Amino acid sequence: MAELAKATVETAEIDELHSPLREFWRRLSKNKLAMVSLVFLLGLTLVALFAPYIAPYDPINGIMEESLQAPNAKHLLGTDELGRDILSRIIFGARISLRVGLLAVAIALSVGTVLGSIAGYYGGKIDLIIMRFMDIMLSFPSLLLAIAFMAVLGRGVENAVIAISIVTMPEYARIVRGSVLSVKENEYVQAARAIGNRDAAIIFKHILPNVMAPIIVRGTLGISTAILETAALGFLGLGVQPPDAEWGTMLGSGRGYLFNAPHLVYFPGIAITLTVMAFNLLGDGLRDALDPRLRQ
Amino acid sequence: MLRYVIKRILLLIPVLLGISFFVFMVLHLFTTDPAALMLGQHATNEQVAALREELGLNDPVWVQFFRFLSDLVQGDFGRSLMTRAPVLDEIFSRFPATVELALAAIFIAAIVGITVGVVSAVKQYSVFDYFSMIGALLGVSMPIFWLGLMMIVLFSLKLHWLPVSGRIDIGMEPVHITGLYIMDSILTRDWESLKSALLHIIMPATALASYSMAIIARMTRSTMLEVIRQDYIRTARAKGLKETVVTYRHALRNALIPVITVIGLQMGVLMGGAVLTETVFSWPGIGSRLVDAILASDYPMVQGSIIFIATVFVVVNLVVDLLYAWLDPRIKYS
Repeated sequence: MAELAKATVETAEIDELHSPLREFWRRLSKNKLAMVSLVFLLGLTLVALFAPYIAPYDPINGIMEESLQAPNAKHLLGTDELGRDILSRIIFGARISLRVGLLAVAIALSVGTVLGSIAGYYGGKIDLIIMRFMDIMLSFPSLLLAIAFMAVLGRGVENAVIAISIVTMPEYARIVRGSVLSVKENEYVQAARAIGNRDAAIIFKHILPNVMAPIIVRGTLGISTAILETAALGFLGLGVQPPDAEWGTMLGSGRGYLFNAPHLVYFPGIAITLTVMAFNLLGDGLRDALDPRLRQ
Repeated sequence: MLRYVIKRILLLIPVLLGISFFVFMVLHLFTTDPAALMLGQHATNEQVAALREELGLNDPVWVQFFRFLSDLVQGDFGRSLMTRAPVLDEIFSRFPATVELALAAIFIAAIVGITVGVVSAVKQYSVFDYFSMIGALLGVSMPIFWLGLMMIVLFSLKLHWLPVSGRIDIGMEPVHITGLYIMDSILTRDWESLKSALLHIIMPATALASYSMAIIARMTRSTMLEVIRQDYIRTARAKGLKETVVTYRHALRNALIPVITVIGLQMGVLMGGAVLTETVFSWPGIGSRLVDAILASDYPMVQGSIIFIATVFVVVNLVVDLLYAWLDPRIKYS
């Protein structure tokens, strides 16, 4: 009896060990680069959330007498042309970059998922119309399309979110459609249909949960694209407008001082590169952990 | 094959129509009144109304679209509000600069990317492999405009090796044949101009190439690693062939097919990236003109350049697809 009880406990332990979430976490935590990136991004999120308490100076109102100072003890990363502390502006910039990145991907992912699942699930004419439209959008280089939307919508951070989510949406729609096509003929989907579930219920309850892995991976990698595009729009003067601190906008205005104060363009660029790299590495790690077959 | 080519070319028509419709609608539905824009702030309401009538802006939208389309087909893209010159003339005068930059970038990206990828694969887990993959990671994570700025700081401002901006030294422009300065100066044996053109293009082309270079290096490395493990490579080695022959004649040739597709796809990415690179280096191409036009609300110019760039993008992608089908007989023409 005692033996049997022990055996049962062991099986339970093994079961727990092999639950999908644990298995996923076990694989992810083995990937050092992904873990470092995760820690970095969590840290960055905290910095963004508590920016007003962490930043040593006001990011908007500078001290004119201290303008264009090279990095020094008082201003660790120096000051810009209006005497604003660059470290403080980078800290506040994290708020914008993370918010735009996450928001743009969230919108693009939701709309793309709905359109992609409708196209994949219903097929036929609906599929043709939706996907042709997506193809047309994909026939523009995405940054160019984002620029076109900014020309129409006008500059500013909200419009940057809208523009970036519109131009990245077709890619998600395509991935979701492909995944839906691959699982919709499975028996559990047919069973769900046979017992009289509504289409929406079948799509959301039975199909989508089974195609989440590639969507999550693509979404994580998509955040880095969104951050890069936000920075690009800001740099071109079409995105976030001064005096707001955004990394790309800081590079755009710092460009005019390359000769006498090149430090203006060093640090915002480093901030963008590190953040984008972290999202890329985390996305690669998630891909490997969620689907070992995709490992490169 | 011919049927396939014709079919693919015919399929371009709806896509191009779609692009024009899309750009037209987006710009017409949401932008400020072009008549008011053309006349400036001091115009009276009557003047604006008269100009609207004259420009046909009071007609139904679909009438306006078909007029726009028929103009477009006849090569009339309208006039720039800023310079008053025909939009198409401006595009054509700036297009060679963008093409030259994109070609130089794809050349650098392909040569460096493939070499790095092959060496990394052959020497997997070596120090070289390690560093080049870090480089590739940086390549996809760094904003190209920032890389451009850093290059300017280092090579132009600190070391004084390369010029900060522009396409060629003033007055050095070679005789116009193709519009590509490097090509023209070689054709006319104008070595001074060639030197100047090369010195000007090296930084913008490298900055623009960085992303594609990283993608190509990664792709080459992973396909090479796959190919190296195939049976026919073992057979080649077993025959006693030299390692270099095995690597370059047997492995690389087979690994290159997917790499070529990636290179083709990067051509389109480069057209988009050119907007940023041209802005950083004041390169007189279409990309920088487009940004100026947007900042000045010069919407015929915006409309024309976007339609033009998207068309080039679509056509380049088609050519790549066709080349790929021709290179790899396993592809079905369906």
